[in-house]
Amino acid sequence: MNVHDILFWFFSIAMLLCGLLVIANRNPVASALFLVLLFVFMAGLFVLLEAFFIAAIQVLVYAGAVMVLFLFVIMLLDIKASERRKFKVLGVIGGIAVAAAFVWELEMILARPVMPLAAGGDELRGGLEQVVKPLFANYMLPFEVTALLLLVAMVGVVLLSKKEVK
Amino acid sequence: MTSALTLNHYLVVSGLLFALGIAGVIIRRNALVIYMALEMNLNAANLALIAFSKFNKIVDGQILVFFVIAIAAAEVAVGLAIIVALYRRKQSVSVDELKSLRL
Repeated sequence: MNVHDILFWFFSIAMLLCGLLVIANRNPVASALFLVLLFVFMAGLFVLLEAFFIAAIQVLVYAGAVMVLFLFVIMLLDIKASERRKFKVLGVIGGIAVAAAFVWELEMILARPVMPLAAGGDELRGGLEQVVKPLFANYMLPFEVTALLLLVAMVGVVLLSKKEVK
Repeated sequence: MTSALTLNHYLVVSGLLFALGIAGVIIRRNALVIYMALEMNLNAANLALIAFSKFNKIVDGQILVFFVIAIAAAEVAVGLAIIVALYRRKQSVSVDELKSLRL
């Protein structure tokens, strides 16, 4: 077992533990902080998969911007009242049942190994150049449409945040 | 690379994280935490995409993840604005309060 494998097991187990704590925690602030930790471990897994650019984006956008937004909203709203609400028994049973069914299904599918399409070929290293070059060549239109989408989302947020929506 | 890790290792981790996300969405009653669980689901899908991209040696999976992250950021902004708007009306972020279609 080399360093790569040890890091994979560490990141995976730590990430799943964080995921469990996100949904098990009663305090939304603690949930949000465990989610930040989850995103960081996920970025570690991306680095192991040699997707360096995506790992950087993951930390910057998810662990940075998105979670700051989450924490800001949690602190903006007075969450204290909803903190000690009880879980519904049916909801807990249903949730665990659906998750267990999904895992069972996954096990059925992965009973035989999934064959990668390309056995040979060059090693893929997702550095900045490898990812961004096709982004500005083959994927130019989706990239521009994403920019438009971000603008639309921004306008939508401003409209939703107004006191009176007419 | 002499690592013993296969594509299946990453797919199982991704699947388990997705299952956790589903469980969170169904179990929790706080709209904010449901939203966090949805983010976990998106990340599980991203991990599967990156793993496929790596083991098939095609960079397109990583570009798809780039778009998923950009759209998730937009979606979070809109979703949180909706939650704030709901809180203004109902003084609560619990989904149990949202039983009727009209506000």
